[in-house]
Amino acid sequence: MIKEFFDKIRPHVEEGGKFHAFRSVFDGFETFALVPNTTSKTGVAIHDAIDSKRIMSFVVIALLPALLVGMYNIGYQNYNAAGVSADVMEMFLYGLVVMLPKIVVSYVVGLGIEFVVAQWKNEEIQEGYLVSGMLIPMIVPVGTPLWMLAVAVAFSVIFAKEIFGGTGMNIFNPALVARAFLFFAWPTQMSGDKVWVSTESYFGLGCQLPDTFTCATPLGEAAANVAVSASPAEMMFGLIPGSIGETSVIAIAIGALILLLTRIASWKTMLSVFVGGALVALLFDACGSTENAVAHLGVDHLWLGGFCFGAVFMATDPVTSCRTENGKYIYGFLIGALAITIRVLNPGYPEGMMLAILFMNMFAPLIDYCFVQRNINRRAKRTANR
Amino acid sequence: MSLFSQTNREVLTGPLNLNNPVVAQVLGICSALAVTSQLEPAIVMGLSVTVITAFANVIISLLRNTIPNRIRIIVQLVVVATLVTIVSQILKAFAYDVSVQLSVYVGLIITNCILMGRLEAFAMMNGPWESFLDGVGSGLGYAWVLVVVGFVRELLGSASLLGYEIPFLASCDFFHNGMMTMPAMALIICGCVIWAHRAINKEQ
Repeated sequence: MIKEFFDKIRPHVEEGGKFHAFRSVFDGFETFALVPNTTSKTGVAIHDAIDSKRIMSFVVIALLPALLVGMYNIGYQNYNAAGVSADVMEMFLYGLVVMLPKIVVSYVVGLGIEFVVAQWKNEEIQEGYLVSGMLIPMIVPVGTPLWMLAVAVAFSVIFAKEIFGGTGMNIFNPALVARAFLFFAWPTQMSGDKVWVSTESYFGLGCQLPDTFTCATPLGEAAANVAVSASPAEMMFGLIPGSIGETSVIAIAIGALILLLTRIASWKTMLSVFVGGALVALLFDACGSTENAVAHLGVDHLWLGGFCFGAVFMATDPVTSCRTENGKYIYGFLIGALAITIRVLNPGYPEGMMLAILFMNMFAPLIDYCFVQRNINRRAKRTANR
Repeated sequence: MSLFSQTNREVLTGPLNLNNPVVAQVLGICSALAVTSQLEPAIVMGLSVTVITAFANVIISLLRNTIPNRIRIIVQLVVVATLVTIVSQILKAFAYDVSVQLSVYVGLIITNCILMGRLEAFAMMNGPWESFLDGVGSGLGYAWVLVVVGFVRELLGSASLLGYEIPFLASCDFFHNGMMTMPAMALIICGCVIWAHRAINKEQ
């Protein structure tokens, strides 16, 4: 039935049809709904049931648990801050109302630019934005205004992705570039202690909080040398203030499981991020300055802030991480180590995950190059000895 | 030969567009990133470089037949350093605030690649008048890129132009983009200028 629908439209968008201008849009939707039925005519080709559009859909599915808990947490934080009791459904609906516009803005702006570029360069629409578009609203604080999100999305799609050649060619993770742009462009709206709880009331849901209301994230508290107020259970379930998708360790673990079972993400990268983070966190715990509370969070570092979310969804991005299998260990380890180092040693940045991943994105090709060269040298030596 | 013959006009206008030192030759980027966070220092910097390039070109061109080839770089540096010192002192005397804002970058004009490039490539082989036109053209070519970058950065970064706050924009968060005040964004804007320039001049 879906196929008939597309077949009916096709003549209009092919060369000479009246809607030729929308060819790439049609193509994009068709391949999204159906597996393309073009096959290679020459040579040997291996077909897999999964192609890049299907991969993207799986990542979005893996993001859903974190997104749902994030929505619930938006409501929970709001009602909790106001001291009003509300049932689960109300909290969730409030979160949905707050979150939905962000997702819509992210997709409309991002995909809009992708469509225009695809049409302009006469290419197919690239599917990479499906994931970035979901990630970007999840890694910003709930207080980020929509227009800021739109500017950041436009910046990252154009400058982190399209100028490098589009999906698969980008050096930096577009979602993190969007966040970094926001972070450096409007620091007061992206960090501090005013942005983590939604203070408005929408459609009778939620509570209006005073403008002066503040609420710091656990990492922010530690950076200010205040005792962390969240209990370990709250950290696990994600009922702490933080960027929307990053708070719940359990929901992220479910997402990680989906990614690992479908073999979209590499367990090597994921594991080594945690190993690197844990080792450095313990090291700082053992010999860090006693005046710096962030140094003594120990392995709690791994559950706080964006560490889990970054390790599972950002560091494992197949485009920007290392491609060589051994390189993945080093890449992941250094991300974890750097993230904790930034958190502990730089008082200006309570959260280091974003910068650590962006930094290692830059070095991933170098790590790959070293391993590839080593293999080439080893094999050259082996054949030379014969 | 008239002062503004066809070739002389090309010497003057070439660096403004097709042969622009920043956009086409990608020289002098470092100072273009450093001084463009506001429009005023960008303009002053552009003018200083124009003046220094023009007069250094004239002086070297006058001396070009007497400079021994093996020490020509030293001679060029002495001339440039003298001019840079003069300009720096004039700025300190008459535009102290701007000279504080520009800080070391006025002194660093001496290392500006555009200067040495013009001296080596043009003034050593051409007469004083042509060299003067070439210096003015190159300097202004550098200046207009700085002004464009400075305009965008000051407008979007602090909602003001030449230090004057723009009434309606100042209350809008969009025009207080911290990224714009960082040199990283200057590089991206420079890239955009180059992008636009190449899109317009397809023959390059």
